[in-house]
Amino acid sequence: MNPLAAGSLPASRAAWAATLAFLTAWVVLYASLTPIADAALALLPLTRGTHFAEAVHFFIYDTPKVLLLLTLIVFVMGVIQTFFSPERTRALLAGRREGAGNVMAAGLGVVTPFCSCSAVPLFMGFLMAGVPMGVTFSFLISAPMVNEIALGLLLAMFGWKVAALYLGLGLSVAILAGWVIGRLKLEHLLEDWVREMAQAANAEEAEVPEGMAWPERFAAGRHHVKEIVGKVWPYIIAGIAAGALIHGYVPEDFMASIMGREAWWSVPAAVLIGVPMYTNAAGIIPVVEALLAKGAALGTVLAFMMSVIALSLPEFIILRKVLKVKLIAIFAGVVAGGILLVGFVFNAVL
Amino acid sequence: MKNIKVLGTGCANCRNTLKLIEDVAQAKGVDIRLEKIEDMKQIVAHGVMSTPGVVIDGKVVHAGGVPSRAKVESWF
Repeated sequence: MNPLAAGSLPASRAAWAATLAFLTAWVVLYASLTPIADAALALLPLTRGTHFAEAVHFFIYDTPKVLLLLTLIVFVMGVIQTFFSPERTRALLAGRREGAGNVMAAGLGVVTPFCSCSAVPLFMGFLMAGVPMGVTFSFLISAPMVNEIALGLLLAMFGWKVAALYLGLGLSVAILAGWVIGRLKLEHLLEDWVREMAQAANAEEAEVPEGMAWPERFAAGRHHVKEIVGKVWPYIIAGIAAGALIHGYVPEDFMASIMGREAWWSVPAAVLIGVPMYTNAAGIIPVVEALLAKGAALGTVLAFMMSVIALSLPEFIILRKVLKVKLIAIFAGVVAGGILLVGFVFNAVL
Repeated sequence: MKNIKVLGTGCANCRNTLKLIEDVAQAKGVDIRLEKIEDMKQIVAHGVMSTPGVVIDGKVVHAGGVPSRAKVESWF
């Protein structure tokens, strides 16, 4: 089918115009964040320098900036995801060898739409199409860990360098952990029905959905914003408010002795605490910011954040349907090991 | 009569999809038999990788996320 049938041209123009208008408005708003915040502050009867005034200042500057950046990233990601349906990703990965396959799977995990409630059917779909188990794991690790909320918030609060680092390290952990799991040859630790189905899978190719037209992609981006930003904004505002309070009231080096670079044991401790914890990226970032602002080392904090987002008890329970307990333990162990490595390297290098 | 199955493990999106299909079928006066499939083996056997999935008379017509109302209307 030709997605740009002549009859749909006016609608297509309208969608392009609306998207351009949205992007222009975004740029204008972002450029005028500081003057607007200054004006808002000037209206409040506060004396600069007091704890409370500093806290309010921090809140007024950060909230719109974070929400704006998050909206843009989630929109762009929503559009990008329309190019990568799970079916398409599976077709790209089927028959790949380990190594190159792990790298591709980790990369595709970032851009393929993924919901942890679909982890099991996705896992099965990949295996049945002949995607090697280690490659499938690379995908399953990268998809939740390197997500647009985490990247957007890191970008907004710590700048592009930390965001890029998180992306690079998240991909590395996913590639490495998936590769190790593949090398260990653990297929016998899949649940029996999983192995039977994977073997019995007929080679019948599932249809890869047709490509969309651009207006549909933009609509998907808008929908993504509505679904994600619409859901997490209260958490973000609450988080920034909490961060603002800590900002003004807790001494700067409060965390330095417990989570600073000298305390080597803080990295494994952070991972141990983080693994069973479950929250989404939006819930954890304000905590991350507060810890960093008070002297905790970046490697320790990122390790904590990765282990909270990538591994969690609810996820283990979902995966229990397809993996034997021993394999879940190995999966958690390998990923936690990778995160640990990242934390130590980070603290040593920075 | 159309035989419709919604595949999903009980997330909010699956319930919304079920309700949407019911609504549209009722609005259009189409006779359907709606079934919710939560068993993982059956979901996987249909080849669906992202839930909720929708199967009409044995054919997968949708997978991943709540379908748009227009899409559901096009099925009837």
